[in-house]
Amino acid sequence: MHPAFSVIFLTTLLGAGQGLYLAMVTGQLYAIARFLPAQADQFYAVGSLVALLLLIAGLGASFFHLGRPERAWRAAAMWRTSWLSREVIVLPIVMALVFAYGVAHWFEWTQPLFQVGAALQVDLTLLLGVLGTVASLALFVCTAMIYAAVRFLQEWHTPLTVSNFLFLGAASGFMLAAAYSAYIGNPLVTFYGTWAVILTLVGLASRLAHLRRNARLKHKSTVQTAIGVRHANVVQKAQGATGGSFNTREFFHGQSRSLVERLRYVYLALVFPIPVLLIGLSYLIGSSNLPIIAFFVQFAGLLIERWSFFAEARHPQNLYYQSVA
Amino acid sequence: MTQLALVIDLNVCVGCHACVTSCKEWNTSGWAGPLADRNPYEGSPTGTFFNRVQTFEVGTFPNTETVHFPKSCLHCEEPPCVPVCPTGASYKRPDNGVVLVDYDKCIGCKYCSWACPYGARELDEQQRVMKKCTLCIDRITDAKLSERDRKPSCVLACPANARLFGDVHDPDSEVSIAIRERGGYQLMPEWGTKPANHYLPRRKTRMHIDPEEITRVDNPWRKEDLTDYTGEETLDDVAW
Repeated sequence: MHPAFSVIFLTTLLGAGQGLYLAMVTGQLYAIARFLPAQADQFYAVGSLVALLLLIAGLGASFFHLGRPERAWRAAAMWRTSWLSREVIVLPIVMALVFAYGVAHWFEWTQPLFQVGAALQVDLTLLLGVLGTVASLALFVCTAMIYAAVRFLQEWHTPLTVSNFLFLGAASGFMLAAAYSAYIGNPLVTFYGTWAVILTLVGLASRLAHLRRNARLKHKSTVQTAIGVRHANVVQKAQGATGGSFNTREFFHGQSRSLVERLRYVYLALVFPIPVLLIGLSYLIGSSNLPIIAFFVQFAGLLIERWSFFAEARHPQNLYYQSVA
Repeated sequence: MTQLALVIDLNVCVGCHACVTSCKEWNTSGWAGPLADRNPYEGSPTGTFFNRVQTFEVGTFPNTETVHFPKSCLHCEEPPCVPVCPTGASYKRPDNGVVLVDYDKCIGCKYCSWACPYGARELDEQQRVMKKCTLCIDRITDAKLSERDRKPSCVLACPANARLFGDVHDPDSEVSIAIRERGGYQLMPEWGTKPANHYLPRRKTRMHIDPEEITRVDNPWRKEDLTDYTGEETLDDVAW
């Protein structure tokens, strides 16, 4: 497949935004449970604002993928069957909840509404946080299922696509939360950094399992089933036109196989070991810059990871477009 | 229920591209058009086509066969492009089974083209919407046309009569009989999309050459003297 920058930025920015929001809510839950020192409400409010900006940037990127962006509002129509419609519906819900969560913290609407059990006092921010968490997880599933649901793209048609999107998005978001904490100098760097490392390692396991699965993948369609001629030796000689077409642009990445393989090692290094080492190093030397660098290194790696995710998927229609002559 | 479809005889197709040009001509100027072309006279021409003929070589030299393979939208009975469409622009007509795109609803997200294993859909560069073979829906449903003209333009154009058109659900139709009697098959059956369009396989033919075909008995170049001269004066001797 041709990796479109619009989709690369859409999926990575949304992932980081949702992850940062989940990090904010997680931080609040830990503070309620008194595992962490309580933070000023501004901390959650600004964190939510950054998450919201990332979500808006991701939404903006998605418009560049459309031929007719002015009709994008129509895309919510087929939510019963289309994961793309479901994403289009869930994304504004997430954005609204992230916004509401940030606003509730900013104006300190933290008077308890009711009490659960002996100690848990539920206020508006907690309610919005729980709802937003559910919506965020749903959005991860919707975004990933757009790709995982296309059964012809066998490289994508696996639950590992969903777990990759979930864990890599959450990891980059927690990494951003660590960077944010380091930037403003609060003591949550270790907490977010540790979670970011855990999520990164889970993401690594998921991505390696995905790579291993795809390396062993046997494609269902062959040129023989594509044209229905049962002969071991079938070669395409001409595609009926001397130039390219939508089919030759949309389904081919146009790069050499060696570049795709080299980029795999580049993103495996940038997304996983380097940020983990940087976070570990920041604990040792107490640096406030290293978590910030760790986030940007990991995010750059995730852009390459998403590029590879597209480039490595081989569409069966390519069987009809092997020779542009 | 009616399911209109094409049946393409690969034994007959000679790869002349008449169906391609006829399709382009009819559809670019009709309901589904324009089918934009970019750089038509430049180094890298590109354009939207509903129907393309691709050529495959089968076998190893010198024992090779050339297979010309026309391919358009197969109007699947289980079209994977329809449920993925977020706007409902991609739909299957319930009355005749033709898969169509509502160009006024399409947002050009390309998701349906990813969901089609056959590469039958192409994004039009000019209108920025997804387009594909309509089975000439504007011709085949036009009651003003005579019965013989109510066929897709590629079928009418094929000089070798390699393309049949009809209802594959009607067991007595020309297409159903052809599929049944000549081993019609579907493309990529492994995906369960149940394409309505079928292909008729190439048949094994053994060439038999009669010696009389090599040396003609009635050679027209042989000097044939039809006159019987006996020495008397002929018309040529007096009229000049």
